[in-house]
Amino acid sequence: MSQRTVAEPVRIEVDGRLIEAEPGTSLLAALWNAGVLALRRSPSGEARGPLCGMGTCFECRVTIDGVPDRRACAESVRDGMKVRTLG
Amino acid sequence: MAERIAADVAVVGGGPAGISAAVHAAEAGRSVVLLDPSPRLGGQIWRHHGRPPAVALQWRERLAGSGARLLLDTTVIDAPDAGRLLAERHGRAVSVHCERLVLATGARELFLPFSGWTLPGVIGAGAAQALRESGARFRGRRVVVAGSGPLLVAAAAGLRRAGARVVALVEQAPAARVAAFGVSLARHPGKLAEAIGYAVRLRGVLVRTGVWVREAEGDGRVERVVTSDGRRLECDVLACGFGLVPNLELARMLGCEATAERVVTDDALQTSVPRVFVAGELCGIGGAGQALVSGAIAGLAAAGARVPGALRRRLARERAFAARLSRAFALRDELRTLARPETIVCRCEDVTLARIGDVTASSEQAAARRDRGRQVKLHTRAGMGACQGRVCGPALSFLFDCAADTIRPPLVPVPLALLAESGEDGGGGLESEEER
Repeated sequence: MSQRTVAEPVRIEVDGRLIEAEPGTSLLAALWNAGVLALRRSPSGEARGPLCGMGTCFECRVTIDGVPDRRACAESVRDGMKVRTLG
Repeated sequence: MAERIAADVAVVGGGPAGISAAVHAAEAGRSVVLLDPSPRLGGQIWRHHGRPPAVALQWRERLAGSGARLLLDTTVIDAPDAGRLLAERHGRAVSVHCERLVLATGARELFLPFSGWTLPGVIGAGAAQALRESGARFRGRRVVVAGSGPLLVAAAAGLRRAGARVVALVEQAPAARVAAFGVSLARHPGKLAEAIGYAVRLRGVLVRTGVWVREAEGDGRVERVVTSDGRRLECDVLACGFGLVPNLELARMLGCEATAERVVTDDALQTSVPRVFVAGELCGIGGAGQALVSGAIAGLAAAGARVPGALRRRLARERAFAARLSRAFALRDELRTLARPETIVCRCEDVTLARIGDVTASSEQAAARRDRGRQVKLHTRAGMGACQGRVCGPALSFLFDCAADTIRPPLVPVPLALLAESGEDGGGGLESEEER
């Protein structure tokens, strides 16, 4: 038996799909790990993904629990979080 | 009403420079408050998913023992004057009153537009580091690391350690200049050891100097990049950054004299605005070594304490290193011609190179750089989106020699309710902007 304690994964819902993430990861990292790269649409309709990873570019904006334009890089994953991309 | 916090010295930015400034001001007997927008201390360089490096832990401990008050998750949105900051914290307004102010707001990556740079999967080189350290996995992903500067080497080494397949590292600076810089590291044993460590970890990676990415291609996400030496490299991620630019917004909002590279200061790192000091990358891009030394000087000076000559000499050495760094990785002219007319330059507002070119061509030859910057913003909306020109501003400055336009509050988008709440003791942030 392993003595190592593994933290329970956090479950979030992304565009209706359930994703498990390690607690403590950023929402952006959780989306990245699930292969979700395209996060928002630009004014002309282009799909965009994260660019700077550190809060300045605003390209990783998603809708979290109904609140639009939240930067995924600046949020930690929370159990039950509902995320909408390309909205 | 906004929560009111008062301190002798307020420090903005919790990276090595800000930590060092706060520690030194507090140890000199001043009441200190340190503000940082992220939930964790350490800035961009000491942000770690796992255990931070020993030096970061030592400084964190010293900070904890110094009596400085720490305000994390706190984003400065306005500075009506040198003695007052307005910030957002957990959705509420905080008003910070201080006698002296130390700005240590750090730097961000310089991104230059090229065809395909808006494809998902094209990220910064520093972004790859930041993503990895916030829990993103790269195991098995094929990554091309490109652009310029020592950050590429650190990013490639970090990605490799994380299990990524680093397809290539392409550095735009010519081999001779990179080699000369490598030799000059002999004057900085610590930095040399770090460089050797990276070199060992990059054994077997295709490394090309004097080469840059011409374009990224893919259907909905990056699938390959074409480099200036004619290679087509298949990849899942392109991590591309062209060095760092200082985060000058708050300093410029306060009226501190600055060039595109640094805030102008005296020997004690006081800016052109009395009682406002700067430390770290705002003194010119120089890395963590310069950050710690300049933070110490700015912290002591802001506390009204004596700055030892030894510290000044150490700063001079760090500055000489920074100057060599900037010469070695100077950007080549070819990078100005990568974007095509249809390439988007302002990603927030989808403004193409052609539209910006029209405005700069029609503005008078003799137009001042600042006027040109303002014309571009007024006529194309470039720089008016959510990032407020933080990405396209430095790119425009490189491509068209446009200076950034005036900085207006709020520094980051915030809910209107918060601005309404900020009207503590009379003057709201936005009202005082009108008076300037």
